[in-house]
Amino acid sequence: MKGRLSAQILKELLAYLRDPKSRLTLIGPPLLQLFIFSFAVTLDVSNVDIAVLNEDGGQWSQEMIQRMQAAGFVGELHYADRPAALAGMIDRREVLLAIRFPADFSRLAATGQHAVAQVIIDGRRANSGQVALGYLARIAADLGIELGDGRAPPRVAVRHWFNPNLIYRWFVVPSLAGMLAMLIALLVTALSIARERELGTFDQLLVSPATSLEIVIGKSVPALIIGTILGCLMILAGVFIFRIPFTGSAILLVGCLMLFILSVVGIGLMVSSVCQTQQQAILGTFTIAVPVILISGFATPVENMPQWLQTIAAASPLKYFLVIVQGTFLKALPPAVVFANAWPMALIALVTLSSSMLIVRRNLQ
Amino acid sequence: MGTAPGHRALDARRLAALVKKESLQVVRDPSAILIAFVLPAILLFLFAFAVSLDIDDVRIGVVRESDSAAAQSLAAAFSGTRYFHVTPARDRREAEPELVAGRLRGIVVIPADLDARLAAQSADRGPIVQIITDGSQPNTANFVSGYAEGVVANWLQSRAPAPGERISVEPRFWFNPEIESRRALIPGAIAIVMTMIGTLLTALVVAREWERGTMEAVMSTPAGILEILLAKLLPYFVLGLVATLGCALVAVLLLDVPLRGSWPALLLLSAAFLVPALGQGLLISALTRNQFVASQIALLSGFLPAFLLSGFLFEIDSMPLLIRGLTHIVAARYFVASLQTVFLAGDVWSLFLPDILAMLAIGLVFFVITARGSRKSLDT
Repeated sequence: MKGRLSAQILKELLAYLRDPKSRLTLIGPPLLQLFIFSFAVTLDVSNVDIAVLNEDGGQWSQEMIQRMQAAGFVGELHYADRPAALAGMIDRREVLLAIRFPADFSRLAATGQHAVAQVIIDGRRANSGQVALGYLARIAADLGIELGDGRAPPRVAVRHWFNPNLIYRWFVVPSLAGMLAMLIALLVTALSIARERELGTFDQLLVSPATSLEIVIGKSVPALIIGTILGCLMILAGVFIFRIPFTGSAILLVGCLMLFILSVVGIGLMVSSVCQTQQQAILGTFTIAVPVILISGFATPVENMPQWLQTIAAASPLKYFLVIVQGTFLKALPPAVVFANAWPMALIALVTLSSSMLIVRRNLQ
Repeated sequence: MGTAPGHRALDARRLAALVKKESLQVVRDPSAILIAFVLPAILLFLFAFAVSLDIDDVRIGVVRESDSAAAQSLAAAFSGTRYFHVTPARDRREAEPELVAGRLRGIVVIPADLDARLAAQSADRGPIVQIITDGSQPNTANFVSGYAEGVVANWLQSRAPAPGERISVEPRFWFNPEIESRRALIPGAIAIVMTMIGTLLTALVVAREWERGTMEAVMSTPAGILEILLAKLLPYFVLGLVATLGCALVAVLLLDVPLRGSWPALLLLSAAFLVPALGQGLLISALTRNQFVASQIALLSGFLPAFLLSGFLFEIDSMPLLIRGLTHIVAARYFVASLQTVFLAGDVWSLFLPDILAMLAIGLVFFVITARGSRKSLDT
């Protein structure tokens, strides 16, 4: 059995690595994507263009405009001469927000009354708009305090643990490593049985002495190897190229990565074993992968979701791996927490792998 | 192309027959239905309920080290806001492991000497509470510190009304006054669905023909390359439009997304986006001629850019210059901007026309490259 199994694993590996095109697509694009997306994916707001309509012309609106110009989040200020021009710039998405100083702005500010500038925010980009509005409100409040009794009292002391400067990339790179490794492992396995079906070689495999257990192991191990190597490469890139602090246990992380890939492989094999063609397998994979990514907590935290959806999210292996990989990088995640997130992945792997074995066995009979 | 004399490149009857054949192929394959109807339904549903950028009910711990009336009232102020879900604690050592485990996203420490700090505050302006956040999730951390500061400020204001603000800004959110991120996200979901149908499905179908050698069989018939490609793409073009229409109907009727622009504008924009999406799918299939490689390339050059670089989830302005430049060749970028506008703002043709032109130009480039590649392959 041992020789038969290793021969099958070798054959599967060769099926992917022999063809130079698929060899290249296994490693090249995911790494390229890691670099592009880790710079692109940010919920920070910077380089925002703002439209300004100044009907005031006094000292305090000028002062505020100068501070906006100097603020880090502002890209360019576009000056408008009438409200319609302001509205046009918002409509055409040339600016994220527009600020309008009424004619009495400086007079009110100078005489100790309440001066209000109107801000119009493009609701199509509500999220960035809210962040930028917060910055703008801070500028206004600071200016108001200087006008009044001097410095503002700091009321709270804020400390961001694990990532003191809130660098978004420290969050994105480990998460992307998990996501991209998952996509590759999922596709590799989803195609494995479906391709043999399409080519007609699956029947040959079924009539061979190989048992259903051997077939499932033979299909899982190559994908496990490919996914794990890819995941490790991206984690190494995170440590040595992106210079993200790595505080946890590397051995535990690699162990969890393999467990994670194994659970993904199980899902891929299940899809593959019910599909007749490669096309069905690929599209089936996407239909599963997209929701798995969306509910994993990568784009938005799981705790924001309604309760019933959080229950569904518990079946997504990516959710657990994200906790482990983010925590191992930044939080020196204690082994107890690692294990608490590792056993659900093991459970998912067990369920999916044994059900795909059952499906293959049904084919054998 | 090996066109015989008197042989027209585009013959209506031949084209109709080919279109019929290809359409039957689409309709008979359950996976096309899966990607055109089931996946859009799941996506819209998830965007309506799961993916929300509006944060509320974040779990924080409030460590009250003092028993004074002021400390109790401040702790109550945190419990009273809908933005936080508070776990009370008396010792910060209870809460800190929870922060490491990710069960809490922030800790507010109300110190034992709160009353003394409050009394001294007007003199030394020192901090009265400490806020610790989980920086491993920067967006949530920002939210926690911002809102916690707000709670403390309001609480101070209610205790001893200070003279009001001297300068402030008065915000108005156009197009989306309730600030529901869902409304801006659902147009993005439509762009993803269209990318899947246009790029992924087309890349797969045509790559399979190459892989099996049936493409050569079709090419050896009197049908010209133009007819073959048109016939291949038309069913997916129609499928894409139908899927968009379905998504838009669900969004407007069930998910409470307004359509302030017009249906014809929506369809025109979708049709314009399908040109580069289909062109990209065709190009990928012609270059790879292998379903596995085609799906990988479609995933990495079509789906992920539509998801991450189109600006519907992550702001393009905030990206580094090089990547901002890169987004200009992502057709989904123009589609998302126009779709958000047609749903939320209305028909802004001064925005639509440049976007449509950009999408068509990108599509044209894909088709030209594909046509060159395909012609060469027939000669050899």
